[in-house]
Amino acid sequence: MEGMTTPVEAEQTLGEDTSAGDQPWQTIVWNDPVNLMSYVTYVFQKLFGYSRDHATKLMLDVHHKGRAIVTSGSKEKVEGDVAKLHAAGLWATMEQT
Amino acid sequence: MKSWRRKGGRVLGGFEQQEAAVLRGLVSQVDDMLRARAEEAPQDELAELTGIKTGPSEGPDDPVLGRLLPDFHKLDPDQPSQEDVDSASALRSLHEPQVLDAKLGVAAELLNTLPPEGGNVKLTYEQADAWVSALNDVRLALGTALDVDDDMPEELPEDDPRSSHLGIYHWLTWVQESLVQALTE
Repeated sequence: MEGMTTPVEAEQTLGEDTSAGDQPWQTIVWNDPVNLMSYVTYVFQKLFGYSRDHATKLMLDVHHKGRAIVTSGSKEKVEGDVAKLHAAGLWATMEQT
Repeated sequence: MKSWRRKGGRVLGGFEQQEAAVLRGLVSQVDDMLRARAEEAPQDELAELTGIKTGPSEGPDDPVLGRLLPDFHKLDPDQPSQEDVDSASALRSLHEPQVLDAKLGVAAELLNTLPPEGGNVKLTYEQADAWVSALNDVRLALGTALDVDDDMPEELPEDDPRSSHLGIYHWLTWVQESLVQALTE
């Protein structure tokens, strides 16, 4: 994580290389007019242990495309991720693939 | 206030008395709303025995609380499928207590570390992380109440009743942005 000095702890979750395609549930973050781009990036790094580059890419997808799939996996994992994103104030939902 | 900055493993900021009063007032209001919502949770003997809290299955009617506690599924506003509605209710009951606890926790952390009379604020990274979430909740609440959208101007006409509140909203945006920068630089 070049230049990443943020004191955020990486959690043990799916790495960014894991394909989202073969997982039964996915976490979706939707664009909203209040959340700051910098904050959304920060939250993705903090909650999922993503690199700044990957978190920024996801944030930009949310911003430009209106939504992005940020994690995927079992129903239990994904509902935990949605709850954490709600706690952080992001507008997240989950759906079955 | 001036921009947040990092020094010696701490994040430093400073607030004028009036700024501290405004911020504490807003955080307290959001805190009150969240507490009232937490009290709506069903009380039952099983929850008391196990210590596992269950939240309400219905979403809040109030749009501000609705934004702070969204549904777990994207429901079709006109004709949501019964399956989605039932699943969203179950997920809300299961997870809302922990989401509320997290939000009440960060609000308490901010109130504990921001002196009512203003002055210097010195935060650990953990405390700064709580602040950045608490500031976000307050901006979500105010932004929803003000009906902020992507095209919101910097200022509204003076006769718009939202005009003075919008100034506070933009100030909070700046405080939060500066704190995220300090945490990630």
